[in-house]
This record gives sequence, structure tokens and C-alpha cells, in this order.
Amino acid sequence: MNDSAAAVTPSAPSAAAETLRIALRSRTLLIGLAILLFWIACALLGQRMTPLDPYADDLLTTLAPPSAAHWFGTDQLGRDVFSRVIIGARDILIVAPLATLLGTVLGTVIGLGIGYFRGVLDDVVSRIIEALQALPLVIVALMMLAAVGTSNATVVLVIGFVFTPLIARTVRAATLNEVDLDYVAAARLRGDGPLAIMFIEVLPNVLPVALVEMTVRLGYAIFFVASLSFIGFGIQPPSADWGIAIAENYSLIGSYWWTVLFDAGATASLIIGVNLVADGLNSVFEP
Amino acid sequence: MILKFLVKRALLSLITLAILSLLVFLGGQLLPGDVGRAVLGPLADARSVAAFNHQMGVDRPLPVQYWDWISHFVTGDMGRSFTFRAPVAPFIADALRNSLKLAALAFVLVVPLGIAGGVLAALRAGRWTDRAIVLLGQSLGIVPEFISSIVLILIFGVWLRWLPMSADWPEGSGALTQVRYLLLPALPPVLIFFGYIARVARVGTIEALNADYTRTAILKGLAWPTVLRRHVLRNALLPTITVTASLIGYLTGGLVVVETLFHYRGIGALIYSAAKAKDFPMLEAGVLTVGAIYAIASVLADLVSAALNPRLRAGGS
Repeated sequence: MNDSAAAVTPSAPSAAAETLRIALRSRTLLIGLAILLFWIACALLGQRMTPLDPYADDLLTTLAPPSAAHWFGTDQLGRDVFSRVIIGARDILIVAPLATLLGTVLGTVIGLGIGYFRGVLDDVVSRIIEALQALPLVIVALMMLAAVGTSNATVVLVIGFVFTPLIARTVRAATLNEVDLDYVAAARLRGDGPLAIMFIEVLPNVLPVALVEMTVRLGYAIFFVASLSFIGFGIQPPSADWGIAIAENYSLIGSYWWTVLFDAGATASLIIGVNLVADGLNSVFEP
Repeated sequence: MILKFLVKRALLSLITLAILSLLVFLGGQLLPGDVGRAVLGPLADARSVAAFNHQMGVDRPLPVQYWDWISHFVTGDMGRSFTFRAPVAPFIADALRNSLKLAALAFVLVVPLGIAGGVLAALRAGRWTDRAIVLLGQSLGIVPEFISSIVLILIFGVWLRWLPMSADWPEGSGALTQVRYLLLPALPPVLIFFGYIARVARVGTIEALNADYTRTAILKGLAWPTVLRRHVLRNALLPTITVTASLIGYLTGGLVVVETLFHYRGIGALIYSAAKAKDFPMLEAGVLTVGAIYAIASVLADLVSAALNPRLRAGGS
């Protein structure tokens, strides 16, 4: 108790250091970060980390079971599954975070706006948000992707768009808690405009909520991109993406389990890693 | 009181559905270029494209098209499929019947399992059984259905050979055979929602265990099984039952990936194939039908919670 006196003094650096200290003690967060960083390293280093060329066909060794030469076996075209699993992290780790970021930015702006102005605007936007939530997200996404076509860019846009209402709802609730506080009234009396109040005064106070929501959404975005890629509405071939690999090979599952099981494990591990990070951050920011 | 509450909720759902129908309709208009070109392909000549557009009525102003679509929709005439050149409604009805079967099976599996898991965890709160159940539920809940499907197919279909790997049962199968074919597709959503239901049941049970009425019941000398049954569970499971009612929407309309993977002709798979073929009348009808199921499920959830909760019954708002 006594040695935490430094944390009580409200100076910013020590508060940040205290947060970091709590964060580093969270086992959940550390394990999650380790998994996430492993896959980020795979995505960044790409082909330099793979033992064999992930895109090279070898029609003499198609569908070979795991062995010393091919740790995870080979697929229908004789490509090395281990190398493809490593490199398969890349596209999903570009598309899912970008989509999450887009949804967070849009959702935060909309949530701040309707939370701050309330009134008719809030009513109208809240009704639309409710209507969009009256459907499974995957169906909203399918419908939009059918209309605009599927590419990495449209997947980012569509997932960003379907996440926007969810994040807007959270940020709106957090904003409603802030707008009646004294510092907002003071800013108004000072003559600050609504935009300045929203983004300079209120935003820093709702940002932690938005960021925690963002990490939770990131886990779901990976879930979502992987599922969409699996059904052909996400990342497109010739990417070595895990969802695509599973879709291409799951008809062979009866005899050649290694062509799908490792990709499935990789997807699961990435999602679990991100969720551990989200849980960890949540307990750090809202103990 | 309860009636007023329900009427209000039903009206709100109708408004939501109306907005949804507008969004769905507008979503269908996002298609770049014209419908006939998209359906008939780049090789079709301009005259047949124009004829197709005229025949499908997509060359009229948007508000006219919307009104025409929605006013027919509510009477059960859901338009004609671009792909099948036939009315959409029978396809939707068949798919919906299939989806309800799968949803019902998943529901009767996941609800007892989730409640049992949650109550068990609460009774062992803080001990390893509790932690194991919570961790299991959390981990299973975040793994995509297609991943758990793959693992389940490998275990039960390929290695143990206990269950068929596709939901496509032979023509004229009896109810039991159908259940056997549906067991594997029903499991992935069960895994997803087990943790969710267990969490709600666990929290409710822990609250009830710590409540004064439970202490009173124990102190007045009631046997523990009686206390558990009459005082703890009866109170603990109210929120859980409400939560399970709201699952019906997702289980019926949200299993796109599972239905596709197991070759099951449900509404999710129908929406998927309509999206693939850019068959917008089918797609819009499917999506709006799922919206309607969601609305019904959420009114049902409110109905159940109002019926079970005397405070809500009286309050009404």
C-alpha cells in the first residue's frame, strides 16, 4: 500500500507507468500478446520465415502426409502446408485490423455526435442502428458484398461499416455520461464550439472505452474475415489465407486431414490470442 | 399491463422491420450497372438486357419499385427469382422449414447444457471446475463455426465414423434419421453459445445463492436439494431463459457458414447462394425474412421475461 504513493499523485507519466506495471502483471495479456506478436512476425517477415516457397507447386509430391521434409504435409498442388500456414497470416492481419480501425473511427465520430447533440438526430440514427442490429452481421455483410463485389478493399469497407453501429452505440453511451459534467459546461461557457468540445474535451474521456471496444471487435473481425474468406466472400485466391485453404481442401478432409487441420488451428490460435489481449486490456483499464 | 407492454414492443419491432426493409431495398440498389447486365452477363445483347430489366420491373423509379416490392411482400408474394425465373416464396418457405429444424435441434442441445454448466460452475464458484467451465465456454465461443465444424467432422465423421459428414439426408428419411444427419451441423452453434448461456446462468445462480431468501431457507432447516430447486434455481434462471429466447433468431437465420459447409438447404445457405448468383429478389426476401424472425424472437424474449418477472409485469415500461 505504502509504495503506491507515487501512483496516487496525479502526474501523467507515473499514472502511465502504473498502468503499464498492472498490464505487465496480467498473464492473460502477456500470453495473448505473445501469440499475436508471433503471427504479426509471420505476417511481416513472410517468406523469409518459411522453410519452403509457399506458392511453389510440386506435382510429384501432392497431398503428402506430414514428414521431416514437409512438417505439415503438402496440399493438392504439392505446396508446403507449413510455409502456407506461416504466410497465411498476412492478408487477414491486414484486412481485419483495417476494418476494425475504420469501424472504430466512424463509430466513434457518430457515437460522439449523437451522444453530444442528442435530440432528433440521436433518435433517427439510433433507430437505424437498431434496424441494422436486427440481423446477423454475416447476412448484412453478404448482402453488401454481393452488391459491391468482393475484394480486400470492399471487405474492409463492409466490415468497417457493419462494426460502425456497434461501436457508435458504445461510444454514444459513454458520451451521454460525459456531456452533463462540469468540464463540458465550462467549455461551453468559454465559448468553445461543439466540434471543439466533442473532439478536444469529450473524446479523450471516451477514448479508453472506444479502444477496449476496438480490441474486442478486432477478435471478432478476424472471426468474420476468416469465415467470409471460407465461403468465398472475403480474401481471394491466390492468397495463402487460412480460410481459403480450408475451403479449397475440406472436401478432402476424409483422407488428407493435414490440408485443413493446421490452418484451422492457426485461425483459432490467432483469434484466441486477440481475445486474450482484449480481456487483458479490459481488466487493466476497468479493474 | 402486460398486454400494453407487448403491444408496444411489437410496434417497435414493426418500425424496426420497416426501416430494415428500406435498408435492404437500398442495399439491393448498390449493384453497379444494371441488373439485367449483371444477371445475363457481358455477352448478352443490349436488347435482351433491356427486355429483362423491363420484365423484372427494375427500370421503374425507386420509390415505385420499393412500394411494389414491400406491399406484395407482406401478402406473401416475395417477387420472382432472377436465377430460377420462378416465385421466391416457395424457396424461402422450404429453406425456413429446414432452418427451423436445425435451430430446434441446436436449441434443445445448447440450453440444457449451458444451464447445467452454468449452475455447476456457480455451485463450485472459485474452484477449478468453475474455472474450467468458464474458460471452456469463453474459448469455444470465439472460435468461428467453420473451424469447430472442421474439427468435429474430423473427430465424429472421419476418425470415429459415428455421424454423417453432410446434412443431406436420403429422400424420405424418418425424423430420427434426420436428427442423426443434423447432429453434426447442430454442434458448432452449440459450442458457440454454450459459454454464453453458462455465463448468464452462472451469474444468476451465484446471485441467488448469496441472496437473503436463500440464507433464510437454509436457516429455517430446509433440505439443500429443496433450497436449490425451489429458491435458488427458480430465481437464478429467469435471465437465462430470456437470453435463450433471443438465441432463436441467430440459430434460425445466422447459420450461413454452417449450412453452407454441411450442404444443408436452410435460409442461411439460400441467402449465401443468392448472394453468389447476385439473385437480388431472393437475397432481399431471404434477408428480410431473417429480420422478421429476429423481430419475432426478440418479442418472444420480452414476452417470456415479462411473464416470468412480476416487477416487469407491473411496471410495463
